[in-house]
Amino acid sequence: MDRSSHSRSRRLAPVVAVAAAAALTLAGCSSSSGGKKAEEGGSDASAGKANTPRMTVALVTHQSPGDTFWDIVRKGAEAAAAKDNIKLIYSSDPNAGNQANLVQNAVDQKVDGIAITLAKPDAMKDVVSKAGAAKIPVVGLNSGVSDWKKLGLLEFFGQDEGVAGEAFGKKLNEVGAKKAVCVIQEQGNIGLTQRCDGVKKTFSGTTETLYVNGTDMPSVKSTITAKLKQDSAIDYVVTLGAPYALTAVQSAGDAGSKAKVATFDLNNQLTSAIKKGDIQFAVDQQPYLQGYLAIDSLWLYKNNGNYSGGGEQPVLTGPAFVDKSNVDQVAQFAAKGTR
Amino acid sequence: MSMTQQAEPAVGRPPASGPRATDGRTTRRPLVLRLLARPEVGVFLGAVAVLIFFLIAAPSLRQGSSMATVLYQSSTIGIMALPVALLMIGGEFDLSSGVAVISSALTASMLSYQLTLNVWMGVIVALIVSLAVGAFNGWMVVKTGLPSFLVTLGTFLILQGANLAVTKLVTGNVATDDISNMDGFDQAKKIFASSVDIGGVEVKITVFYWLAFAAIATWVLLRTKYGNWIFAVGGNKESARAVGVPVNFTKITLFMLVGFGAWFIGMHNLFSFNTVQSGEGVGQELIYIAAAVIGGCLLTGGSGSAIGPVFGAFMFGMVNQGIVFAGWNPDWFKAFLGVMLLGAVLINLWVQRTATRR
Repeated sequence: MDRSSHSRSRRLAPVVAVAAAAALTLAGCSSSSGGKKAEEGGSDASAGKANTPRMTVALVTHQSPGDTFWDIVRKGAEAAAAKDNIKLIYSSDPNAGNQANLVQNAVDQKVDGIAITLAKPDAMKDVVSKAGAAKIPVVGLNSGVSDWKKLGLLEFFGQDEGVAGEAFGKKLNEVGAKKAVCVIQEQGNIGLTQRCDGVKKTFSGTTETLYVNGTDMPSVKSTITAKLKQDSAIDYVVTLGAPYALTAVQSAGDAGSKAKVATFDLNNQLTSAIKKGDIQFAVDQQPYLQGYLAIDSLWLYKNNGNYSGGGEQPVLTGPAFVDKSNVDQVAQFAAKGTR
Repeated sequence: MSMTQQAEPAVGRPPASGPRATDGRTTRRPLVLRLLARPEVGVFLGAVAVLIFFLIAAPSLRQGSSMATVLYQSSTIGIMALPVALLMIGGEFDLSSGVAVISSALTASMLSYQLTLNVWMGVIVALIVSLAVGAFNGWMVVKTGLPSFLVTLGTFLILQGANLAVTKLVTGNVATDDISNMDGFDQAKKIFASSVDIGGVEVKITVFYWLAFAAIATWVLLRTKYGNWIFAVGGNKESARAVGVPVNFTKITLFMLVGFGAWFIGMHNLFSFNTVQSGEGVGQELIYIAAAVIGGCLLTGGSGSAIGPVFGAFMFGMVNQGIVFAGWNPDWFKAFLGVMLLGAVLINLWVQRTATRR
């Protein structure tokens, strides 16, 4: 014991020295460009606060951890909650069974409203009817545009992935594409598959599908490069998420291919890539709006009995195209991470 | 035994030379068989088989630039597979290696951006953090005596959660900000993520690092005292300790080597893609371990090589990209990958069995 504590303190000495040296050098090594200092200050959209009684709403999604897209949905939901005097409980799990458990958890907590995504509608059927039995209003968002009514949800906010894909295909016709490759970053995801199917439906050229491993960027990059080399006739790469679009641009460069890149979904870096012309256009389903409207609608229902879409039609938040003509306007919001 | 008895009369050797003749245990088997018995040769033949198969199946693979793509993918797996293999020879696992790559990249990126520092500061701090994570893993394993599977499963979950939570806390988003316009970025990109032109083919620099690291690892394993220690602690920890091998030191430094590898690949990710998404990296640890095992490292430790994992990673990259180059139905992609890998492992096993049979 004695010996080990002795040697430990001796071992600690270099660590302390390194830490001290690092702290000293940190001060003298600042970057003259970029970084936090160059970042523009911006405030979130906020519009006062309602004086209605405090209510609790649960938002349960099928987000996998660390996805930029869901982060924006959540920010929209938080903005609506702050405005409407709502306590927002956010939870998520990509596994459908676990997501259903999280909804059950919200029902047990006797919340005033639940907003859910229906990535796998059948798995949610039971818990949604339990919420109905407990007289808790349930609204849907993002995925499940064809199932929300069957499950008895109050209203739905999202993008019909098939419709978005079809609009994307038409846009490809407009820009004169001949052969496109649709890059799917998660094999077996229904929404992503529907997008590619929609593109296939309306695009008059040929569409091929390519699966990549979405959790490993170097692998995404080399797989797209390989595809572009294998088939030099490809003139458009269609990605289904913003980070993959930026990688596809590098792949096209590596492969020496003239293929252009267009994508579903948006983020901050993507808007600057559109400005530069690296990426031709993006389809935005306005995730912020989905989160915001879902929470706001529960507040309206509770306090004024309203429901959007008249209980018949979904409220579509996309597809909204972003290209060089309107990117400047979108970019200022994307920079804040809300668009 | 019976072989030597029969052989003697046939050759007509005088009985006097009997004692000098080698008995069955030390008979030098044919060179081919001895070669085949090396742990890395089976995987080498498997890799060659896969390569030839795809060269026939995928015409577009038969150009230098396509090969460079395959090698690039292989190198990003292979650089991590090397320390993971050494650790495995030393008798331990590291399940946290996949997310540790992302932790390192996040550290460098956020530190540089938030404090507006020269990106090299971020790179150095990330190295310290990565080595510290490795040291923590190693220290926990040797101090508690718990299986490294459990300890690093814990670190895996901690890092996975911390990657997300800290990124969200610091940046307000789940991906880091673009650092490509900051001081030192271009310089660091040259070192970690540039390409080298070889006869008109752009080869990613990671390929050279990969081969260089493999050469160094081979030399360390076969020619240095430290290499002997690795085999010893993986073979039998207690006897290794009894003959004076510093078991704890060896294991902790092996974990730190994995940390170094994670840092290196993390820096490559950061400087080639400018930003890092906090949710990446999950599942990669199994690919690294798979490359090491395909490369002939025993899951139980004590046996393996540094060259084997090089071919293991190459095989993985080759199959991964080969399916795309061959233009097969992508719905079957994962199934193809599994079948090819299993097939390659079986070839490997068969070669080993044939070679060591007497």
